[in-house]
Amino acid sequence: MDIINFQFTDIFDAALAWENLPFILSGISMTLAVSLIGMAIGLMLGLILALLRGSSYWFFRWPARIYISFMRGTPMLVFLFILYFGLPMIGIQLSAITAASIGFGLNSAAYIAEINRSSLNSVDKGQWESAKALNLSYWTTLQKIILPQATRIAIPPLTNVFMNLVKSTSLAAVITVPELFQKTQIVVGRTYDAMTMYILVALIYWAICVIISFIQDRLEARFSKYV
Amino acid sequence: MNEPIVQFNNIHKSFDGVNVLNGVDLSIQPSEKIALIGASGSGKTTLIRLLMTLESPTAGSILINGQNLWQMEKNNRLRPANEKHLQKIRGDIGMVFQHFNLFPHLTALNNCTLALIQGKKKSKKEAEALAIQMLERVGLQNHLHSYPNQLSGGQQQRVAIARALVMKPKVILFDEVTSALDPELVDEVLEVIRDLAASEEMAMILVTHEMKFALDVADRVIFLDNGVIAEQGTPSEVIEQSDNKRLKTFLHRFRK
Repeated sequence: MDIINFQFTDIFDAALAWENLPFILSGISMTLAVSLIGMAIGLMLGLILALLRGSSYWFFRWPARIYISFMRGTPMLVFLFILYFGLPMIGIQLSAITAASIGFGLNSAAYIAEINRSSLNSVDKGQWESAKALNLSYWTTLQKIILPQATRIAIPPLTNVFMNLVKSTSLAAVITVPELFQKTQIVVGRTYDAMTMYILVALIYWAICVIISFIQDRLEARFSKYV
Repeated sequence: MNEPIVQFNNIHKSFDGVNVLNGVDLSIQPSEKIALIGASGSGKTTLIRLLMTLESPTAGSILINGQNLWQMEKNNRLRPANEKHLQKIRGDIGMVFQHFNLFPHLTALNNCTLALIQGKKKSKKEAEALAIQMLERVGLQNHLHSYPNQLSGGQQQRVAIARALVMKPKVILFDEVTSALDPELVDEVLEVIRDLAASEEMAMILVTHEMKFALDVADRVIFLDNGVIAEQGTPSEVIEQSDNKRLKTFLHRFRK
């Protein structure tokens, strides 16, 4: 680029961006689907892992610790490759979308488990004692007393996990999931304007995250009304 | 004399090698009102926490209605109690805590109905009727739908009392229930307990530093010192007539 004859369209060609926006946006539903399924798997497994991790029995605690350690210590992309390219070697063939959803779910579960564990631990011990004094069972106490309070504490870090998940779905492009980033790469190949298209997709990811932040604020306000 | 509702037999409790209770023997009659007094660290709170199963004894046994709390019989042998056994027996005990421990995400009414619905399997309608009746009794009929953070300390403690009472315990434990309150809020809570003591048949154990209150309400005052019962008797015997030196020093500090 000649710095003297620099024009804004060299960085961002708005007309070209506008023209290709519908095609890129057609990947948004896949981005959101993979993120939401991944988050749902992560939340369910994350709660189970947090309870196992906090168990007084080592045979529950240790497998959970090893799982969390492995998932936090391996790159997401490597794990996606294992699921998509590795599993067929042992006769398990997953579609790209299934592999991505499961991969993101299993990976985010490790982070969610740690968030859940610290949120559960930060609920005042007196709440467990009150429940015992009312002769409530462990599960009722957990379900009706501890989890609602832990959820309030967990909302901000869980939102961070979800935002990371949405952004990380761009990795799924590598295993051919037709999500936002893969659509963008197709447009880049067609138009040769990498700068405009990558800025455009960055702005789309940012917009999604702004909406998620807004939902986080609403959830926090709702759960904090009694604090 | 009736069969005691609660019996502590040679109870010992230590935390990390520090002995807190050193052989407590105590029988409590149904409907008896007992005030437990003593300096901090004398073991008062630990004793009632053992009864509520919030701690387990290091040695000794506790009987509730003649049933062993911390041990159960299985195949003609005594074994440590499991959660199911504890849950079965501690249903007769209720407790009110120093720091209220209300459930902050539930209204006053729902704090009182939760255990009735979830534990005692009452219908929502029935549970609410019982809870409203109890909250009215402690003077909170206008705060049924308030969350704990919308109530004063005294009001929160009265909700906690209503929550314990609605379960119809045979023994209710009060653990320094006025210690966390501002001085001007203490009387409203003591008044509720005084009224309960006068009208309810249940046994009460009050861990308290309110000596005048103990004198008014209790049938028996027990002075714990270094993890043993150092003195016990009627309120006037213990608070006004005892020659126990440690007790006198303790009482002197409170009269200052």
